Amino acid sequence: MEIHFGWQNIVFMVALGVAIHFFSRSFKKIWRNIKLGKDIQRNDRSSERWGIMARVAMGQTKMVKRRYVAGFFHVLIYAGFILINIEVAEILIDGILGTHRIFAEPLGPVYDAAIHFFEILAVLVIVACVVFLWRRNVNVVDRFKDLKGWPKKDGNYILIIELVLMLALLTLGAAEANMDSMNHNGWVISGLLAPIFSGFSQETLHVIERAAWWFHIIGILLFLNYLPFSKHFHIIMAFPNVWYSKLEPKGQFSNNPAVKKEVEMMMDPNADPFAADAGGEETEEPDRFGAKDVTDLNWVQLMNAYSCTECGRCTASCPANITGKKLSPRKIMMDTRDRLEEVGQNIDANGGEFKDDGKSLLDDYITREELWACTTCNACTEACPVNIDPMGIIVDMRRYLVMEESSASSQINTMMTNIENNAAPWAYAQADRANWINE
Amino acid sequence: MAEPIKVPTMAEMNAEGKFPEVLFWVGCAGSFDDRAKKITKAFVKILNKANISFAVLGTEESCTGDPAKRAGNEFVFMMQAMQNIEVLNGYEIKKIVTTCPHCFNTLANEYPELGGNYEVVHHTKFINNLLKEGKLTVEGGTYKGKRITYHDPCYLGRANGIYEAPREVIQRLDAELVEMRRCKSNGLCCGAGGAQMFKEPEKGNKDVNIERTQEALETKPDYVAAACPFCNTMMSDGVKSSEREGQLPVLDIAELIVQAEDL
Repeated sequence: MEIHFGWQNIVFMVALGVAIHFFSRSFKKIWRNIKLGKDIQRNDRSSERWGIMARVAMGQTKMVKRRYVAGFFHVLIYAGFILINIEVAEILIDGILGTHRIFAEPLGPVYDAAIHFFEILAVLVIVACVVFLWRRNVNVVDRFKDLKGWPKKDGNYILIIELVLMLALLTLGAAEANMDSMNHNGWVISGLLAPIFSGFSQETLHVIERAAWWFHIIGILLFLNYLPFSKHFHIIMAFPNVWYSKLEPKGQFSNNPAVKKEVEMMMDPNADPFAADAGGEETEEPDRFGAKDVTDLNWVQLMNAYSCTECGRCTASCPANITGKKLSPRKIMMDTRDRLEEVGQNIDANGGEFKDDGKSLLDDYITREELWACTTCNACTEACPVNIDPMGIIVDMRRYLVMEESSASSQINTMMTNIENNAAPWAYAQADRANWINE
Repeated sequence: MAEPIKVPTMAEMNAEGKFPEVLFWVGCAGSFDDRAKKITKAFVKILNKANISFAVLGTEESCTGDPAKRAGNEFVFMMQAMQNIEVLNGYEIKKIVTTCPHCFNTLANEYPELGGNYEVVHHTKFINNLLKEGKLTVEGGTYKGKRITYHDPCYLGRANGIYEAPREVIQRLDAELVEMRRCKSNGLCCGAGGAQMFKEPEKGNKDVNIERTQEALETKPDYVAAACPFCNTMMSDGVKSSEREGQLPVLDIAELIVQAEDL
């Protein structure tokens, strides 16, 4: 094995270091933002959680459910991402040591088989990217029609970057195939592309080969640093997000512990509401009921927001959205992320302390009309390929509206008053409840 | 015609020193809503026919708190829940059957944490079990060659994963079960959930129940089957504003049985 350690490798290591530094800085910031959420216990039943992660995140089972075109091509890109990254590992080692295709010699025919396979995969990824670009820009799929501005651009950038990276990989192989110093004639796809560079001088080929190599790896490092600012961050967050899925039946809403305590006190004739807590003086300000801003949500809900890749399957299945109401579960998740980012930037700008900006998730991002359009039918949570729960956020915000602001509509208030007074949502007396028997 | 229904209350049974096999949780719609009361009675007829020892709470029953919880009012929900649990635990109830998926979901999933632990069964599953065990038999004649489409209630289907029991009952009726485009886990809501039943819908270009009813009509059904009193209301209203007004019955699973058996 030949080692040509030189200035290129130094440059490479610096680039790698810089990329990792900036990525980890972005990642830490996001993790800090997620931790702004309230604590919630979600590490029970861990073997079940690993199983769900294996099926839903790694196995893409919900991805391919009912949406065959998107599912099929997504699996291609996903497989490409996972498997071609094995080759990236080699590129990293080559880049640091100054070797060339370090695994080729020790692996022999296995290596050739792998590269053949990766090249085919690269072509499939290119096809998938073209199909997806088509579905986003030419023959626009319904659920992408209301994406405008940054979310639309973001989606296109990701696909174009992936496409170009794959082309660089194939160009690299095709140039190599013409080089005398290489002892191969290219692999299955690069071999086919090789004639493009036939007749080029060895020096030119060398320059093309190096350029493609550098372009590919620098592209990957830049892409890595693009992720934290993009919906594409889902390629990382999808896995933990699915691990922390809600495992209870979808219809089971959490019982608010603070309310539970108060109601228990109300119902206990021996309770003394003025008694001091056994733990001593209460100095902490009590939590708000429900959610007005992102910091009232729990950290899993905030992680959900960073895991959303804005595919819109939730919105496409939402009965409210289908019938023209303002509610869009995808928008709920995008708003949550946008507001959380804003809060994070606020904290950064104010030396680690959040300075009240007079804004909140409620009203400044999500309107009441959206919240009251939800039928809590769970179509959105069912549709999400990575088990995001927009409905939980909607319900928490309703809790704020009802319990902190008492701002429900008069019809909802009537329903609740009826339950309190008559034990039924309508104004019938409880004494008449068994009348049906003799009617 | 059949004999009058027998509906003992827990208080009566308790006074006689008896204990029922199962408590029938009627629910608010089942107690007060004229349409839903028919479903309640249909289910009672089935219980009577199968000789099931059951009781209702009667005037001691009160709202589970479901609509308040979906609207965001944890206070009202918990007051209801804790009062109900006190009554249920007072009678040492072990098993509950209910015709309402919302009551079912709340009792089965949200009460345990508050001290109410019961085996809760939805009536579609209960009926299906009676049929399986042979405690109830149906003659298929009434629905032979008829097309029945089944609307999945969100709080039975997606919320609790019960898709097959109601379908199995329909298939036992010798009817042709025809599925809507969106069914089972992909089913479309009727529009009543999440406390929408008690409010005007938000602004939009269509009501959810109209969208759903149109989908049901596409299957060219002879009957629309439902398994929730609220879905029943929404689908019935949808049919009323369609071209098949007055010709397409929307029936609960229990009512399908009662009609077949002329109970």
